[in-house]
Amino acid sequence: MRQTIVRDVSDLPTFGFGPRSGPWWGAMGFMALEGMGFAIAVGAYLYLYAINASWPIGASPPDLWPGTVEVVLYLLSIIPNEYTNRAAYRYDLPKVRLGLIVMSLIGIALLVLRGFEFAHLNTRWDNSAYGSIVWLILGLHTTHLATDLGDTVVLAVLMFTRHAKPRRFSDVTDNVFYWNFVVLAWLPLYVLLDWVPRL
Amino acid sequence: MSMAAEKNQLRDDVLNGFQLSQQLERIWRTPSGLPGALMSVDHKVVGRRYIVTAFVFLLLGGILAVLMRIQLAGPENTFLSADKYNQIFTMHGSTMMFLFAVPVMEAFAVYLVPLMVGTRNIAFPRLNAFSYWMFLFGGCFLWISFALNVGPDVGWFAYVPLSSLQYTPTKRPDVWAQMITFTEVAALAVAVEIIVTVFKQRAPGMTLDRIPLFVWAMLVTAFLVMFAMPSIMVASTSLILDRLVNTRFYDSSSGGHPLLWQHLFWFFGHPEVYIIFIPGTGMVSAILATFARRPVVGYPVVILSLIATGFLSFGLWVHHMFVTGLPQLGAGLFTASSMLIAVPSGLQIFCWLATLWDGRPVYRTPLLFVLGFIVIFVLGGLSGVMVASVPIDTQVHDTYFVVAHFHYVLIGGAVFPLIGAVYYWFPKITGRMLSERLGRWNFWLAFIGFNIAFFPMHILGLIGMPRRVYTYTADMDWAHLNLLSSGGALIFALSFALLLINVVYSARKGTLAGDNPWNASTLEWATASPPPPQNFDRIPVVKHRDPLWADGESLPVVAGLSAERREVLLTSLAEAEPQVREASPEPSIWPLLAAIATTIFFIGSIFTPWAVLWGTPPMAIALIGWFWPTGSKEDEA
Repeated sequence: MRQTIVRDVSDLPTFGFGPRSGPWWGAMGFMALEGMGFAIAVGAYLYLYAINASWPIGASPPDLWPGTVEVVLYLLSIIPNEYTNRAAYRYDLPKVRLGLIVMSLIGIALLVLRGFEFAHLNTRWDNSAYGSIVWLILGLHTTHLATDLGDTVVLAVLMFTRHAKPRRFSDVTDNVFYWNFVVLAWLPLYVLLDWVPRL
Repeated sequence: MSMAAEKNQLRDDVLNGFQLSQQLERIWRTPSGLPGALMSVDHKVVGRRYIVTAFVFLLLGGILAVLMRIQLAGPENTFLSADKYNQIFTMHGSTMMFLFAVPVMEAFAVYLVPLMVGTRNIAFPRLNAFSYWMFLFGGCFLWISFALNVGPDVGWFAYVPLSSLQYTPTKRPDVWAQMITFTEVAALAVAVEIIVTVFKQRAPGMTLDRIPLFVWAMLVTAFLVMFAMPSIMVASTSLILDRLVNTRFYDSSSGGHPLLWQHLFWFFGHPEVYIIFIPGTGMVSAILATFARRPVVGYPVVILSLIATGFLSFGLWVHHMFVTGLPQLGAGLFTASSMLIAVPSGLQIFCWLATLWDGRPVYRTPLLFVLGFIVIFVLGGLSGVMVASVPIDTQVHDTYFVVAHFHYVLIGGAVFPLIGAVYYWFPKITGRMLSERLGRWNFWLAFIGFNIAFFPMHILGLIGMPRRVYTYTADMDWAHLNLLSSGGALIFALSFALLLINVVYSARKGTLAGDNPWNASTLEWATASPPPPQNFDRIPVVKHRDPLWADGESLPVVAGLSAERREVLLTSLAEAEPQVREASPEPSIWPLLAAIATTIFFIGSIFTPWAVLWGTPPMAIALIGWFWPTGSKEDEA
């Protein structure tokens, strides 16, 4: 077919931030489907809660402190996360490196705390359906935490190599964006796991 | 930033014609040889593999169907043992749903959507390659297990408690459950790719109300996949956990409940029907417009119907559970919503009829299959409205009436449009036309064979023949209708043999197609058949809903993209205004390695929970390899 050039796009940038970039939408997509996974797991929890006369089944509720400390740490982590975000938008490599290191350390701390939380659930996965669903939900969120931590560590290392090109700052902001999802997902799960058994 | 270096880059505005084609082909082509084939990230290569693989599974699933029909052709037949029969009907359903129907629709989307929206590759091409490998490995896992006599035998829905360790102590249900995980990972990956491709990679000017109806259908389907499939993944994971590490999700003695399984399964399982049917409607709209020689009547009505169907499909799942003793109010609500979904489907059908009525239809094979679709699907829809009603459902539940109903809906609603789509897009994919003469034979054998095979099942169901029985006694009076049905099944199978012959023959000897053999209106026909690796030498600019009908002989295009590295044009979500020239990943072996690592992890974890520990590091390494920049032009921009 004959072609008529009606427009020139050579002045456009070769990467974008946020909704202008492809990976940002990819992250959105994965958050949507993972969020749906959480919603389904929460639905299963509430279904089991509704059909059982006693809840938690044959166990005392989880100890409050690990989950609560996590909530505090998650909420505080938004500050360095946002710091990293702003530094990335300004292409400020030293500050981005610092931000990613801090976020990696926070991720590791949360993973350690998560270990304590499993230990203080006061039930095993094979005790009852209650134990099963609690372990499933916590396991699901831990997978998210660990995946994002892995992503952050790899990105942190990458920003110390020759590959720290301008377009990588866009990747950093996507990583920041995804971390907010991990934080946001935890808040309702915390209420569900730690407080619903106390109702 | 490196804008200065950028200025010296070779761009497509300084090259023209053959020179431009050649240059773009060089950077976009899949490397040759076996390593190249394993590294390919071209959506057309992956899409073609996806389509062929899905059709191989159709063939396998179809052979199982024929075996079942031979067994049921007469009373007290001993052709298949009860155990074999259980495996075979489970394998048939699982193969058709998870390895054929959903993947084949996604496969067509993988191939066609980037072409139809006017871009050079799908979004996240490596994820796309990974998705294909996962699908292939999951399918092989199921079929190799079957060959080793570990084929699942608990139905395609694997209800607990039958599928629990207590009642099925073999690995058969685990094979089923993990095959689900494989195929859902593959499907979810494609869903994200399609959504991002449609949202961000549309050709400039392709505003939301200029998106082809097929692409709209695939977009809605992708959203359904995204919100339905997590449910089955939670289900299959929890089933494996119950069987492997003694969790108690479905154990009623420890607070679990078998109905939880049914809720999780059908919350996915009902949208699944629409995940198969909605792409079918997209194919129908594309084919109808071309062969009725006019745009589909009521473009906004069709789109709103698709979206409405998508939403409503999440509110129907409980109608699969009417006989489980639900509260009456709940049953009433789900009856109402099940009947409601007939409204948007009906609207679409009226739009198609109006298109035919107002157009100048050319009755080529693709259109014949669409007409067959309309007849069969309407019949299936009618029996659907019947079983939406609780008293009728209670009467015919688990009988052949339901088998008849869902084959009318699924084969009518998806397979007929799909075969029409094969005839319609085969010239684009291979460059050659399928034989029209064989096509007509194919259609009439399929249409007649299908109805002879499945219509009698309505009656068999009404006179009480239950599903999933491997034989029956002569005094039940089911023999004649079963024999008739089996005869029809053979005719139907013959029609697929004809299709296969047609495809094999025409791929070599068919008439050359040219760019646009049907004089169709959408962008995939604006490039060569088969399309070159770069799809388009220049990205089209869209000014009309039917660009090739509106623009006549000259296609408006943009210039200024790189001719040195793989680059796609990103545009804004609603208005499709150009925003970014983004790099598109080059071929890589890592998606295959990641899929192999994931396969080892998945298969290992039905045998031991420790697979989670030793299976994770290889996956992590593969993913790091996948994302780590190689210093290519694509990485460094």
